[in-house]
Amino acid sequence: MSAPSVHKAAAIRLTGIDKRFGAVHANRAIDLSVAPGSIHGLLGENGAGKSTLMKILFGMIHADEGRVEIDGTPVAFRSSAEALSAGIGMVQQHFSLIPAFSVVENLIMGRARGSVLSRLTRKLDLKAAAERAQELSDRFGFGIDPLAKVATLSVGARQKVEILKALWGGARTLVLDEPTAALSPPEADELYAVLHRLRSEGTTIVLISHKMPEIMHLCDRVTVLRDGAVVGEAELAGQALDEPAVRQPIEAALVNMMIGRDKPELPERAPLEGPVILDIRGLTDGTRLGPIDLKVHGGEIVAVVGVEGNGQSELVELLMGLRKARDGMIGIDNHNVVDWPTQRRLDAGLAHISEDRHATGVADTMSLIDNASIGFVDGAPFSGSPLSLSQKQRRIFTEVLIEQHKVRTPSPDLPMASLSGGNQQKLVVGRELARAPRLMIAAQPTRGLDIGSTVAVQDALLRLRAEGNAVLLLSLDLNEVFAIADRLVVLRKGRIVGTMQSADFDIDQIGRWMSGAVEHVATKPEETDPQTLEAAS
Amino acid sequence: MSDFITLSLFASMLHLSIPVILPMLGGLLCERSGVVNIGLEGMMLGGAFGGVAFSYLTGNPWLGLAGAMSTGALAGGLLAVMSVSLRGDQVIGSTAINLIGAGLTAALVPIIWGIDGTTPSVPKVPTPPLPLVGDLPLIGPLLAEFSLIDIIAFGLVFLVWWVLMRTDMGLRLRACGESAVAADAAGIDVTRVRFIAVTLSGVLAALGGAYLSIVTLDLFQASMTQGRGFLALAAMVFGKWRVGPAFLVCLGFGLADAVALRAQIFTDDLPHDLLFALPYVLALVALATFVGRASGPADVGKPFRRA
Repeated sequence: MSAPSVHKAAAIRLTGIDKRFGAVHANRAIDLSVAPGSIHGLLGENGAGKSTLMKILFGMIHADEGRVEIDGTPVAFRSSAEALSAGIGMVQQHFSLIPAFSVVENLIMGRARGSVLSRLTRKLDLKAAAERAQELSDRFGFGIDPLAKVATLSVGARQKVEILKALWGGARTLVLDEPTAALSPPEADELYAVLHRLRSEGTTIVLISHKMPEIMHLCDRVTVLRDGAVVGEAELAGQALDEPAVRQPIEAALVNMMIGRDKPELPERAPLEGPVILDIRGLTDGTRLGPIDLKVHGGEIVAVVGVEGNGQSELVELLMGLRKARDGMIGIDNHNVVDWPTQRRLDAGLAHISEDRHATGVADTMSLIDNASIGFVDGAPFSGSPLSLSQKQRRIFTEVLIEQHKVRTPSPDLPMASLSGGNQQKLVVGRELARAPRLMIAAQPTRGLDIGSTVAVQDALLRLRAEGNAVLLLSLDLNEVFAIADRLVVLRKGRIVGTMQSADFDIDQIGRWMSGAVEHVATKPEETDPQTLEAAS
Repeated sequence: MSDFITLSLFASMLHLSIPVILPMLGGLLCERSGVVNIGLEGMMLGGAFGGVAFSYLTGNPWLGLAGAMSTGALAGGLLAVMSVSLRGDQVIGSTAINLIGAGLTAALVPIIWGIDGTTPSVPKVPTPPLPLVGDLPLIGPLLAEFSLIDIIAFGLVFLVWWVLMRTDMGLRLRACGESAVAADAAGIDVTRVRFIAVTLSGVLAALGGAYLSIVTLDLFQASMTQGRGFLALAAMVFGKWRVGPAFLVCLGFGLADAVALRAQIFTDDLPHDLLFALPYVLALVALATFVGRASGPADVGKPFRRA
């Protein structure tokens, strides 16, 4: 990719964009210029103002001040429909597809023009639309069947349908908001290939991301935002990024710009070998999971990785006693707890950071004090008996949690909903750690958190490990797994299809296991029986 | 037994199913657009009453039919204002329609006619058999049992299916029911689509009521729909929110009704009330046993507000 020519008008030029939401200054006089036919990265932590800026471009939010130019022409979009017709397409973080519809129905939905009467009587030409969709799909290498129901597609394929939908509407500039957040490595690679193909066909792409490898791999140029302002830019095209000596200083500089300081380092960890704490044998729920065998020792963090929806949630629910086991046993400290109710398991030393904080982790409208002290029934640090809770003790307990885990809040009496996601999560982690668990089940503990909060949560898990406890980590973020896990197992279609020690971590092999593309098993996995290998091949 | 299963039983099944089919179509449109409508019964009563009242006041049964449709549009519009524009709870809104429909119609009878309960006869919609078709081979004798209005009713089944499944408007409507957010992002005016669908459901349900009051009969009686609005709802759920299957379920209810009527003539031993409960018992059994997990539109029941 050549450097943007000064003579060509920028595909997008934002000048002096300013936006306030009440007391929050979301965008501060932002200037951004995107060269046509390039991939431009927009890097920043949560709340840095990336999404706000792109929503302003897309006409979903109106800026207080500033100018937007498309291909050199000033525009003022009043709605996303106007942005679409000007050739700007946006792929949001949350899918905007209808699972019950076919791909082609999703594409043509709401697009037809013409009189109400004709739209009410004339037959939809799904066949012609499907042919056009097939053409587009072939041209950019999507590999999508236009007549397939979206509900039957993988997350990666849905992401491509989203892009197809934007192109269908005639988009020449695509804005992608964290497009690989839910994808497995092979799926992400496929998406990268699609984006490269799009760029070579002349499409301009703005990539919102906080994943450093992705930005380095894809972008021609990157703009870094922090606290609503542009804090730096870097030209990546033409740099020899394959050379670690070239790449690493650029990466470090970008991280520094993004978080305003150097990336906090996780402490070194020594191998520990404790007794077996979690011992799962032949566990199955009869439908989505198992049978699986898995051991986790004290002083060990074992990560369960896999594409979302391959039995991770079921495993957590089985361990917590929220789902009934069909067969098998769950040993915790040599007790078979498979028939125990949840409360008894908690008493036996189980703790759980839940995957969906809003659904099962916190009560949004209740105060921090309530949320911090929930779930302690017997032997709680603030009650003599289950029937009387000491308000004073609960307040002290909560204040200690807030202090220890650096939860940013003006008061423990505020509702949980007043906190940012990262601060909510820090409180939840603190609460679960306060159980002094023998076994911590951490499901997506850092999803959606910024770098600072992420490191704080990971650090807490490592301290738990250092004290000789066991951690079962379920994560979609392989960087996190590589950073803190001692061992990982790959879950696919409810079975463990591979396992790997931290010294041997190999992202390509893990990707093959996750996607099921295992022709020959290179390293012989331990702890898998012949049956699971069969399922993998 | 051969006397029992006859052409006229079949014809009677079709006739008796119409006042369930029409509200079913209305409910289906409404729910596929994302709005729960358990108010079909009240809308039917409104239509049954409106038909009789307008026929009585104008002396013209066709204007009565138009009046019934207006009453239905009013009832549907009221629900639309409550549940779509004001984003109120849809179940409570449609329950209110049921209560208003039953209460108001019963109260208006003595106000207009000066007597309680049943109104005097009013001009009814003429139902002459279709010309010429009687001479057709095989289906001729069956078709001869039907008038134009019946054919229109069955035609509506096809029309609703066509619009819903084969046209752009139908796709838009279904999109609103599956994911209002996604529909909005695609530039569809969710509020308008839902408003229209809910209003139309009122019109269709009212037509079902008017079919009872000024096509089959020529009078209005308090609570004369006897739960057919709820049967329609059951048919819609049992048919998994699809026009074809739901239509077949309605025919099943019609058959149960027809058999009950027949049995009344053929035996004296069975209590009639028990026989007339047949369709309702059938609905209960069907919903409890065969349906399993019903799969309605994903976004049904959730009021939509732009972020």
